[in-house]
Amino acid sequence: MGMTMTQKILAAHAGLNQVTAGQLIEAELDLVLGNDVTAPVAIHEMEKMTVKKVFDKDKIALVPDHFTPNKDIKSAEHCKCVREFAREQEISNYFEIGEMGIEHALLPEKGLVVAGDVVIGADSHTCTYGALGAFSTGVGSTDMAAGMATGKAWFKVPSALKFVLKGKPAPWVSGKDVILHIIGKIGVDGALYKSMEFTGDGIQNLTMDDRFTIANMAIEAGAKNGIFPVDELAIQYMKEHSMKPYHIYEADDDAVYDEVYEIDLSALRPTVAFPHLPENTRTIDEVGEIKIDQVVIGSCTNGRLNDLRMAAKVLEGRKVAKGMRVIVFPATQKIYLQAMEEGLLATFIKAGAVVSTPTCGPCLGGHMGILAAGERAVATTNRNFVGRMGHVESEVYLASPAVAAASAVTGRISSPEELDFSAALSSQSESLKAEREE
Amino acid sequence: MKANGTVHRYGDNVDTDVIIPARYLNSSDPKELAAKCMIDIDKEFVGRVKQGDIIVAGKNFGCGSSREHAPIAIKAAGISCVIAETFARIFYRNSINIGLPIIECPEAAREIEAGDQVEIDFDSGIIYDTTKGTQYQGQAFPEFMQKIIKAEGLINYINSSRN
Repeated sequence: MGMTMTQKILAAHAGLNQVTAGQLIEAELDLVLGNDVTAPVAIHEMEKMTVKKVFDKDKIALVPDHFTPNKDIKSAEHCKCVREFAREQEISNYFEIGEMGIEHALLPEKGLVVAGDVVIGADSHTCTYGALGAFSTGVGSTDMAAGMATGKAWFKVPSALKFVLKGKPAPWVSGKDVILHIIGKIGVDGALYKSMEFTGDGIQNLTMDDRFTIANMAIEAGAKNGIFPVDELAIQYMKEHSMKPYHIYEADDDAVYDEVYEIDLSALRPTVAFPHLPENTRTIDEVGEIKIDQVVIGSCTNGRLNDLRMAAKVLEGRKVAKGMRVIVFPATQKIYLQAMEEGLLATFIKAGAVVSTPTCGPCLGGHMGILAAGERAVATTNRNFVGRMGHVESEVYLASPAVAAASAVTGRISSPEELDFSAALSSQSESLKAEREE
Repeated sequence: MKANGTVHRYGDNVDTDVIIPARYLNSSDPKELAAKCMIDIDKEFVGRVKQGDIIVAGKNFGCGSSREHAPIAIKAAGISCVIAETFARIFYRNSINIGLPIIECPEAAREIEAGDQVEIDFDSGIIYDTTKGTQYQGQAFPEFMQKIIKAEGLINYINSSRN
């Protein structure tokens, strides 16, 4: 029987020629990841183990990103615990704040994950690396501890849903709209325990950043992993970022899928997920008048360079609405620097936004932008659960960077299509002209 | 192994953010986490829960974040078992790995009501609602997972299999 792409990667890492859905296997791990919230629990669990050293100091990544820069004394203690463990175990991939970023943007950027890898991370959005053709999935702290000690993890081989992507998305439609559309279609448990395998000609019209966003939110449909085939663009990305050898696995032609969905990218509209579940999606045309108090642009879902470029394109030469709080947080230090060099940060600040250091803080209601009772935010993050960004009576609307930026300008959930870009372009050229004359 | 307690009832898609909100994740102490368990979905839970009580919920229980703090908080609050129609996969793994018994049983999850007294026999997977006099057959764990549960968690299982 044919295997899916995910099944082939798992079989190879379990030393088996063939696996089938439902089979329990033990797989070799290429990387084990943890952060400042989950790693301290894992470190504590590892202390109870008879194995005292990690299986491979180069195959562990520790990224204090959630409550950093340390938001309070307890968080500082957690970070200290991770830092001391990294030092003691001589972990090569420990990232202090000056060299860090949000883990799921950082690891591909640092070249730590490539196609064909099996990665577990004690963070649910570990599924992001499927964009590179790796099998990666979120686990808890105990699994992380066991993985660090043994270099292995047990898995139930997943069945799969296949998403055939066709066509080219419209100008303001991005990876976020694709994945929100899919979650709206299949529901927050629509892919429970399963792989989401993306295929089709439409993939060539998606940037790597789009693909990271799509794979990142596979968990929001309950999936074990989301995965893309490895094409020229993915190979180019890996060559630019990594020295690690990669392995390309392809699904068999006779691979079995539980369901096959065809998604016409050209028909998609900017999409927004209403409170309090990512499946509560509406197209921008169905949103109505929703006034907002805060806009958050960033996170492991949408804090990459293309995301910031998209937001800056909307905010260039404009001001955010009076009373609107706009927080932009680039996902890594490298992205931050690139955004600075391209002038994107200047655009954000001139528009009236604040730019934060890379951190998961605002996305999970940790710090840097907590909502009060009755407040509403449009966020490019991944979850809009009750109380996710603050008070239980606050609301989060999930959207793309383009929609978030347009909403920042109008003060209500808006499409960039509402804004007049001919005026913006002429004012840009006027200011350029003025600069030249100076 | 058996459980016996009063039922606390919730709906579909109970996420780990409401089980233990991120604002309390600056601690990993089970007692501190238990004191805030379910706070964003049920403020009264902590005052009401007794040792041995049971949570019954709908589909996709424990969805969202991978925080193991969620099953740790539930276990430390005194809950002896969670019955649900389905569980989110990371929560399912985490519960087995830390030794919090969980059972998938759609029929029981739909019919058992808040306040019912329920008995669970983990060896047979039988769930008995003593208030209603109804009985359900929960899904038994695969043998491999039973070994982890019998060892009271993944760490003990690995330690014992290496010795």
